[in-house]
Amino acid sequence: MRFFGEKGVQHLLRLVAFSALFGLLLIAIFIFQEGLPIILKLGLKHFLFAVHWEPQSGQFGIFPMLIASLWVTFGAMIVGAPLGIAGAIFLVEFVPRSVMRIIKPIIELLAGIPSVVFGFIGVMVLAPFIREHFGGSGLSILSASIILGTMILPTVMSISIDSIMAVPYSYREGSFALGATRWQTVHMVVLKAARSGIIASIILGMGRAIGETMAVIMIAGNAVKIPHSVLDSVRTLTANIALEMGYATGMHRQALFATGVILFVVIMILNSIANVLIKAKVSPKK
Amino acid sequence: MRIPPRWSQAGAVAILGTATFVTVMVLIFIIAFILQKGLPVVRPSFLLDFPKDMGKEGGIFPTIIASIVLPILAILIAMPLGVGTAVYLTEYTRESRLTQIIRFGTDCLAGIPSIIFGLFGFIFFVTTLKMGWSLISGGLTLALMILPTIIRTSEEAIRAVPSVYREVSYSLGATRLRTVRKVVLPNALPGIVTGMMLGIGRCIGETAAVIFTAGVSLRLPTTIFDSARTMSVHFYILAREGISTENAYGTAAVLILSVLLINLSAYGMMHWIMSKRS
Repeated sequence: MRFFGEKGVQHLLRLVAFSALFGLLLIAIFIFQEGLPIILKLGLKHFLFAVHWEPQSGQFGIFPMLIASLWVTFGAMIVGAPLGIAGAIFLVEFVPRSVMRIIKPIIELLAGIPSVVFGFIGVMVLAPFIREHFGGSGLSILSASIILGTMILPTVMSISIDSIMAVPYSYREGSFALGATRWQTVHMVVLKAARSGIIASIILGMGRAIGETMAVIMIAGNAVKIPHSVLDSVRTLTANIALEMGYATGMHRQALFATGVILFVVIMILNSIANVLIKAKVSPKK
Repeated sequence: MRIPPRWSQAGAVAILGTATFVTVMVLIFIIAFILQKGLPVVRPSFLLDFPKDMGKEGGIFPTIIASIVLPILAILIAMPLGVGTAVYLTEYTRESRLTQIIRFGTDCLAGIPSIIFGLFGFIFFVTTLKMGWSLISGGLTLALMILPTIIRTSEEAIRAVPSVYREVSYSLGATRLRTVRKVVLPNALPGIVTGMMLGIGRCIGETAAVIFTAGVSLRLPTTIFDSARTMSVHFYILAREGISTENAYGTAAVLILSVLLINLSAYGMMHWIMSKRS
C-alpha cells in the first residue's frame, strides 16, 4: 500500500466510487445503441402501439406485450401491495419488537428464493388449481399476478417497515393522549406520516414486477395476443426478450433490445420517483 | 352508523395478523414443497455424477461447480469496487452534490431488472469484448448486478464503526489510510461479509442475467473462459422444456438449500453484530 501513498489511494478510491455510475451509463449506452435505431426507424408510436409482432415478416409492434406487462404488474400490485403493507403495519405496531425481529428476516428470505423456483411452484401448484376452479389453461394473467405479487411482497414490506418505524414515537403518544385506540392512531396518524415511504415501497415493488422475467415465462403462458380476461395466456415484454434472444438476429435482435430500451426507461422513471419519495420521508418536517 | 373504536381495533388486528400469517405460510409452503419433492432425488450420486441425456438422467455435478465459480468471480470483482466506493463515501468525502450523484447511480443500478443485465452482458462482454459465453462474461455481469448491494451494506457497516475509534487512531498519529486499514475496515468486517453473502445468494439464484452471458454448456468448465451452466439455469431448462420433472425437483432442492443456507448465515451474522453492539 505504501507504494500508492496517501494521495494515490485517495484518487484511486474516488475513481472506484464512480464504478456503479459508470456501470449504469455503460448499460444505458449499449442497450440504447442496439435498440434505439429500430425505434427511430419505425417511429416510437408505431413500435409501442402496433399490434403485430411477427419477426419473420418484419413486423415489430410490442403493443400486446405492453398490455400484458401492464396487466401482470397491476395484478401483482393488487396481490402484493396490501399484503406487504398490512404485514408491515402489523409487525411494527401490533406485535412486540422481539416477534418482529424473528418474522421480518423470515419474510426477507422470500426475497432470496430464486425466481425460477417461484415460477416452478406456479406451474406445479397454482396453475392446476386455477385450471380446475376457474377454467382456462391455468397459465394466465391471474396465476402470474399471484406469483409476482408474492415475489414483490418482501420489497414492499421491508421498505414500508422502515418508513413506519421512522415516524417519531411522539406522534403516537400525542394520539394516545387524545384517547385514540392503537388502530385509530395507526390509520389517522402513523400511516399519514409514513405515506410517502409506503408509496415508494409500492413503486419499487412495481419496478420489480415489470422487470421480473423467468417466473413470468414459466407461469404466464407466453401467447402473443391482447388478453381479454385474466384467465388468458399472455407474454410480457421481459418474457419476449428472454424467449427470443436465443435465436434472434439482425432487425429482430434490435427490436428485442428496443424492448429493453422501453423497459430501461420505464424502470428509471419509477426508481427516480421512489427515490424522491424516500428522500422526502427522511427529511423530518418541523 | 359508527363502528365502536374497540371493534374496529379488533377487526384491524385480525385482518393485519391474518395477512402476515398468510405471507409466512406461503414462504414455509414453498420451501417445504420443494424440499419434500426434491430431497428424495438428492443422493450423493446426484451431486457427483455428470448429467446424461441433457439432464434427463444422471447428476448435476458440472452445474454445482458453475454455481460455485460464478459467484466467486462476481465477488472478486465486486468486492474491491463496492468496499472502495463505501470507504470513499464514508471516510474520504463529505455529503455533496458528488456523493448524491454516486448514490443516485447506485440506487438506479439496484433497480435495473436482471434481464437488462443479461442483454447488456450479452452485447458488451460476450459480443463486443469477444469473451463469448463464458464464466468470466457471467461473472462480470453479476458483479455489476450485486455492486449496489455490496456498496450499501459496506457503507452501513463502516458508518456503524464508532467515530471514537477513528479519533483515537488519528490522535496516535495514524494517517487516514492507516486508520481505514487498521481500525475502520477490521471493525466493519462482519457487516461487509454479510453484504458479500447476500450478494453470493443473489448470484446463485440468478437466471436471466446468467443464461445469456455464461451460456448453457453442460460440460465441466476448465478455465474461466469456458461456457458453463449454473444450477438455476439447469433447473430452468429442465422444468421449462419438460426434460425431467424429477431431476428438476432435485436441482431445485439443492438450489434452494444453498441459497437459504447462505442467506441464513448472513442474517445470523447480522444478528451477532447487533447483539455484540448493544
